[in-house]
Amino acid sequence: MDARRPSARSLLLVPVGLAVALLALPLVGLLARAPWSRLADRLASGAVLDALRLSILSSTGAALASLVLGLPLALWLSQGRSPWRTTVRLLVVLPMVLPPVVGGVALLLAFGRAGVIGAPLERVFGLSLPFSGAGVVLAATWVSLPFFVLSAEAGLRAFDPRFAAAAASLGAGPWRTFRTVTLPMIAPSLRAGLLLAWARALGEFGATITFAGNLEGTTRTLPLAVYTALETAPEAAIALSLLLVAISALVLFLLRDRWFPVG
Amino acid sequence: MSLPTPLVLLLALVAASCARGTAADHTTVVFASASLAAPFDELARAFERAQPGHEVRLNTAGTPQLVLQAREGARVDVFASADAQSLVSLLGPHDDEIDPIDFALNRMAIAVAAGNPRGIKGLSDLERDDLLVALCGPAVPAGRYARSLLEAAAVQVRSSSDEPSVRALVSKVALGELDAGLVYASDLVGTDAAVEAVTIPTPQNVVARYPVAILARGEREGRARAFVDFLLSEAGGAILTAHGFELP
Repeated sequence: MDARRPSARSLLLVPVGLAVALLALPLVGLLARAPWSRLADRLASGAVLDALRLSILSSTGAALASLVLGLPLALWLSQGRSPWRTTVRLLVVLPMVLPPVVGGVALLLAFGRAGVIGAPLERVFGLSLPFSGAGVVLAATWVSLPFFVLSAEAGLRAFDPRFAAAAASLGAGPWRTFRTVTLPMIAPSLRAGLLLAWARALGEFGATITFAGNLEGTTRTLPLAVYTALETAPEAAIALSLLLVAISALVLFLLRDRWFPVG
Repeated sequence: MSLPTPLVLLLALVAASCARGTAADHTTVVFASASLAAPFDELARAFERAQPGHEVRLNTAGTPQLVLQAREGARVDVFASADAQSLVSLLGPHDDEIDPIDFALNRMAIAVAAGNPRGIKGLSDLERDDLLVALCGPAVPAGRYARSLLEAAAVQVRSSSDEPSVRALVSKVALGELDAGLVYASDLVGTDAAVEAVTIPTPQNVVARYPVAILARGEREGRARAFVDFLLSEAGGAILTAHGFELP
């Protein structure tokens, strides 16, 4: 079979068209049923603004936590020689493929009031994570950390170590080398990783509702608000979904250089 | 030209799954509220044993989820709901001949961890600041019943989370994440050793009436009626009472 033959090429267009339709039709459905004339009213309610504020705060918290915890991890993964690297990388990728609700249950068993870590945390510090805003951030960090780590690690691997060696030979210490040479060169990967982690955290649902619960103003993020609205006011759910689509599309637009290379 | 193997596999899968969905004309699709999951599981199996050739496919979830699925076109032959309101919201203007029948009664109870370690004795304890209490969301029948009985008893409860179904709420009490939750008495019968019930006295309690309706039309209607007849029969009633429901 020769893919360059016109008949074969046109045959290829069938699965291409199906794939595009599969991806686009749900969005078309959303747009077709959107309550356009009442959209502003639907989105201007206090509950929506609460959910939006909570979503933005918790996603930003999760992205920052991913940066603080994920950058050292990415460095270790890209440079270390430890035999544990494979195991750790598996752990890093696992949240990407596990159903988030499984993550929520696992988080409860670990950080819940009766959990392995959660029980001593509450006894000693009086700290309780489930059903709290901190719980939302924890759940969101669990699902979004992999996106940051993988992106940062890819950037670090593409970084030519001879630049760092040159800086060191000119007398720069390891920290100065990292700050003035490595960091600026891997900055695009870190930016992309941060945005991806942020977007993933924004869309988080399963782990959040399982671990952090669903309480307006405290743990009800935009995706949970969509789920809750679906039960009472489907029209509001559609409006909220559009808002999420718009925010996600904006993030992808900011990432366009990375994902949609010209030519 | 031979098709590539993955494509053949995909086409076979699609064909097989579609065939299951449409040609399975001996099946009855039963939607049941989350609190009915355990007895309906047993009812479906008992029905299939009693009437060979019939197959029941059960879909249990929080009632609002079921209503949404049905409204968006999911096939449903029999709908058993934890409240009349949800069922009525499904019926269109042309459905006056559909006549829901009450088949079970339920009461509310306070779910606590086994052994009642926090010493919860009644509704008024749920106001305590040292307790983490949750209800089902206001759109879920159990959440609606809970709110109405709390209001009638003038008890102020700060719900830590609006849970999507009674099953989710019971699980969180069983896991020890919540100290108490208002659920159906039937949710706490013979299911999970990690939870137990604190009963709410009758004057403070509400009675939840569970209606069932046949939504199937045409040739599926007869099969759906056979299942509902079984549900309303003595054998069906015995299964319901064994799971903590009362009969109307």
